[in-house]
Amino acid sequence: MTDAAALIRLSGITKTYGRGQAAFRALRGVDLAVDAGEFVAIMGPSGSGKSTVMNILGCLDIPTRGIYEFQGVHVEQLTRNQRALLRRHYLGFVFQGFNLLARTTALENVELPLVYRGEPAAARHATARVALEQVGLQGWEHHAPAELSGGQQQRVAIARAIVTRPAVLLADEPTGNLDLQTGHEIMDLISVLNRDRDITVLMVTHEPDMAAYAKRIIRFLDGRVESDQRKERGA
Amino acid sequence: MLWNTLLLALRAIRRNLLRSSLTILGVVIGVAAVITMVTLGNGATKAVSDQIVGMGSNLLILLPGQRFGPGSEGAPNFKIADAEAIRNQISSAEAVAPVANKTVTTVYQARNWSTVVSGSSNDYFRAGNWQLAAGRTFTEIEERAGKAVCAIGETVRDKLFGRQNPVGSEIRIKQFACEVIGLLKPKGQSAMGSDQDDIVLMPLRTVQRRLTGGQDVNRLMVSVLEGASIDAVKEQLILLLREHRNIGGNEEDDFRVMDTRQLAETLTGTTRILTMLLGAVAAVSLLVGGIGIMNIMLVSVTERTREIGIRLAIGALERDVLLQFLIEAVVLSSLGGLVGIGLATGASIGLAGAMQVPYLFDPAINLLSFLFSAAVGVIFGYFPAHRAAQLDPIEALRHE
Repeated sequence: MTDAAALIRLSGITKTYGRGQAAFRALRGVDLAVDAGEFVAIMGPSGSGKSTVMNILGCLDIPTRGIYEFQGVHVEQLTRNQRALLRRHYLGFVFQGFNLLARTTALENVELPLVYRGEPAAARHATARVALEQVGLQGWEHHAPAELSGGQQQRVAIARAIVTRPAVLLADEPTGNLDLQTGHEIMDLISVLNRDRDITVLMVTHEPDMAAYAKRIIRFLDGRVESDQRKERGA
Repeated sequence: MLWNTLLLALRAIRRNLLRSSLTILGVVIGVAAVITMVTLGNGATKAVSDQIVGMGSNLLILLPGQRFGPGSEGAPNFKIADAEAIRNQISSAEAVAPVANKTVTTVYQARNWSTVVSGSSNDYFRAGNWQLAAGRTFTEIEERAGKAVCAIGETVRDKLFGRQNPVGSEIRIKQFACEVIGLLKPKGQSAMGSDQDDIVLMPLRTVQRRLTGGQDVNRLMVSVLEGASIDAVKEQLILLLREHRNIGGNEEDDFRVMDTRQLAETLTGTTRILTMLLGAVAAVSLLVGGIGIMNIMLVSVTERTREIGIRLAIGALERDVLLQFLIEAVVLSSLGGLVGIGLATGASIGLAGAMQVPYLFDPAINLLSFLFSAAVGVIFGYFPAHRAAQLDPIEALRHE
């Protein structure tokens, strides 16, 4: 916990929306450290601040107060564009609603982050194909999201998130829109990526079944960390 | 990156083909209108100046009286002696043709045609820039003796002879027969709209003896030597005629001198101003087209909010998103520009044919209109693109 070389370190993070009477304090002082290679599940009832902390961890939002260090970089001091570059190079996102581009093939969806990294087309195709293979979707490259099942769409989204070999995978309720069995398949896939490819995983979920895949469970309540439990053995 | 963005824009346009077509319609019409107006205007200007050149460049026409219509009455006609004096005293005068006119009915076999007979000398051909399609000009003997010979214009030929060759035939004018010795090459309409080919040309003496019955001439045509100053000759003409016509030092001229070059400048200047005005009005529709593009781009940004959120989340910079939507707007408007150019080319050729003005392809106005349409895309696409780039990724991802 006190490892100085932690991948992610939050210190005294608060987040307040609105001002004065209408102010809403979503986070009331969060201290947290995550090491490289961890698989962390963030749980808690709605309004507990788990989504807010996820947005801050994903560099999509900045804290009102406090320090967020990502590999020693003070994220809270970065500009909007600098945070976009950080996301581009170090983070991968998986959402509850998949968030794939409609009427765009699986391959093109996976290629999208590489386009913004300025990679040439040929290299992009090859890298994206490998990523699709890793999530078990070889043969589905040229299908649009509408032609894929929910589980397959989430696999495409995972391929898109890992195609840039990010340090951290941020998953926001990745199984929330899936049936139980497909949810377990997706969790298996994420576990494999965490174990074999050494990707740090931060996942928000409210399903204990899914949280069980993580090696560490952090529970939020009223904008604070309520409990922080580690398992000796991963799933 | 730019290439990818361009492909992306083309794909977005193709996805909403009907909407894209309707969006660019404003720009298409604007560009087409501007180019068509300017092209037709240029054609009209060219037609006018061609006609005036056809009258004879470096030509001065002297008419009695100071004004057209009332007021010109009372001013005496010119005399042959005036023409002689000009020929002798003004060295820069290349050809001096005194002209006497009379409206008559001409008859050939069963056909007749009312036209103007002009009596003049061989100088008339040179001064008026007339060429012969067939036959010959007058001989000296014919001029001096006032023989009944004539050269006719294309319109007169058509009315009396049809497609037949008139040279050698005789037409009847009033009570006398006149041999056709020449056929004039057609000139078409004059800048004033009258038919220049509706003409019968005879030696001056013939007309004076048989038709007008006097020594007067209605008109003097003076062509100026190439390279000589037209204004100087004009001055000399005025001085000479004032003397011949006994006009006192503080009296006004009772005749006027028309200068074809000046006429050409005035008339082409007028058409040019009209062209510019019409072009400017058309350019307003191009701006309106730009507002249409802005409107649709704003709708598009709202519709694609979630897409923008995804792009921003996975690492697109503000600049990337701005460029994406800006290029989409520019591609839309440039496409409109290209279609407009195509439409304008068709419309210009068609309308030029219908209006009987020459079609002149003007590369400058085509290029300018195209660049203007692209600029419309940049100007009216910037605001929606900026709005897209400034979206908050969290809000955008939540957008339904």
